[in-house]
Amino acid sequence: MNPKREVIGQTSIRSKVHPVPFAPPRGEGPPPVADEHPLAAYLRMDRIPHIWCPTCGIGIAVKCLAEALDVLQLDTNKVAVVSGIGCTGRVAGYMKLDGFHSTHGRAIPFATGLKLGRPELKVVVFSGDGDLSGIGGNHFIHAARRNMDLMVVLVNNFIYGMTGGQNAPTTPVTAKTSTMPFGNFEHPFNLPALAAGCGADYVARWTTLHVRRLTRSFKEALNRRGFRFIEVIAPCSTLYARLNKLGTGYDLMEFYHNNTEIKNGADPQTVDIGFQGKIICGRFVDSERPTYLDMMKQHYTKVLGDKFVPMPEEGGLIWPPGEKPTTPAAKATAEVREPEEVTHG
Amino acid sequence: MKYWRKPLDYEQIEIPHGEVHIIAERCKGCVFCVEYCPKHVLVMSEDFNAKGYHYPQALKQGECVNCNLCEMICPEFAIFSSSLPNGKLGQVAEVNPDEVTLTKGG
Ligand SMILES: Cc1ncc(C[n+]2csc(CCOP(=O)(O)OP(=O)(O)O)c2C)c(N)n1
Ligand code: SF4
Ligand code: SF4
Ligand code: SF4
Ligand SMILES: [Mg+2]
Repeated sequence: MNPKREVIGQTSIRSKVHPVPFAPPRGEGPPPVADEHPLAAYLRMDRIPHIWCPTCGIGIAVKCLAEALDVLQLDTNKVAVVSGIGCTGRVAGYMKLDGFHSTHGRAIPFATGLKLGRPELKVVVFSGDGDLSGIGGNHFIHAARRNMDLMVVLVNNFIYGMTGGQNAPTTPVTAKTSTMPFGNFEHPFNLPALAAGCGADYVARWTTLHVRRLTRSFKEALNRRGFRFIEVIAPCSTLYARLNKLGTGYDLMEFYHNNTEIKNGADPQTVDIGFQGKIICGRFVDSERPTYLDMMKQHYTKVLGDKFVPMPEEGGLIWPPGEKPTTPAAKATAEVREPEEVTHG
Repeated sequence: MKYWRKPLDYEQIEIPHGEVHIIAERCKGCVFCVEYCPKHVLVMSEDFNAKGYHYPQALKQGECVNCNLCEMICPEFAIFSSSLPNGKLGQVAEVNPDEVTLTKGG
């Protein structure tokens, strides 16, 4: 449980609206509402209620990420969330973090650029199965191969939710979708095996029923470097459950309750999911390879020596217009860059 | 809760007490909180909120143990729990020490 939920008097609602590092200063924005949700500070509450259908699981995954940020007490100015397109793609717009709602499948390339330009940020990619493993599949495998410093949360509802239930690269064989009305006959991806095979440093899978374990995985992944992949199996009540006559999202949660098996350290090759088959959850990969940024720094230091000016770890490149950079590393970078005439277009 | 024998530290054990808060207008009636609350504190209301969904109501508020599960599992940010001062196990309303069965092993 959240350690901050300490006992303060009889009606402790206010104590739950605890100060968070980025709460708006007094005079700016409304004061916290007494009976507002304790994680409201991590969400754009003016946009809540969100657009997700009743019993959709995406909101639970968002909640678990907010909880992980809260427990870790991370400086939220140093966390960014990037999404693609789809129901899950809306996440970047609902979280009160710097974020970007990129084009379809392009969350990882955007996040890669962000991480390279602002290495001090923790960059979280939060998107759907179709977005990250369909149209964005190539970006996914290459980011994993490079061990790019990204935390990738993929909400797998086995279908393209937003566009009306088309077949996804994750749809299990025989499951019905709007483009496979007689049932799917394509082999789906086993995503943990794909990520692990490409070289991801951290690979885990949970369902939206495993709220505490999912939160723990988010916490672990937020504190690590390299390519971290967390697959969240989530109900899509409106399309996946309806087209397959599986009931509501609650029935899917009950299905997860009865048909998941936790096997930490399981071989990712063995965790593929059949239609209404057993879902193996757990943390499958937990290794430490040099990350993309490590490799780049090491290599350029070796071949370029002093000529290589690494991006300052504290992100010293951002300074107010007209002012001079302050940190020595930022000064050095500015000196290197200034003589170059940059022509746009 | 029934015990097959009265625990030796029955008077000392403290159990967390919580209070559950429901933001009814935000609820979309998914029933996750009602179904997964380990203490069966919640029931779905007969009434509808403005959006036309049934929302949960705390039927047995005094039994909430602030486990936070309803809050964790709600996709709508519509329910949360907060802590009240811990109570002695012997003071919890639902546990009547007279009802504790002392037959087996005791
Ligand atoms: C280039 C492009 N192609 C197609 C689309 C249409 N489109 C929008 S969302 C989506 C699928 C999203 O599926 P998924 O990532 O699984 O998200 P979900 O809605 O299931 O959360 C598609 C194909 C688009 N927006 N842009
Ligand atoms: S269509 Fe499916 S994935 Fe999209 S919000 Fe509705 S239930 Fe969720
Ligand atoms: S905090 Fe736990 S015991 Fe209390 S209402 Fe929520 S789920 Fe039930
Ligand atoms: S979990 Fe949230 S949305 Fe679902 S019934 Fe409970 S309060 Fe309503
Ligand atoms: Mg999907």
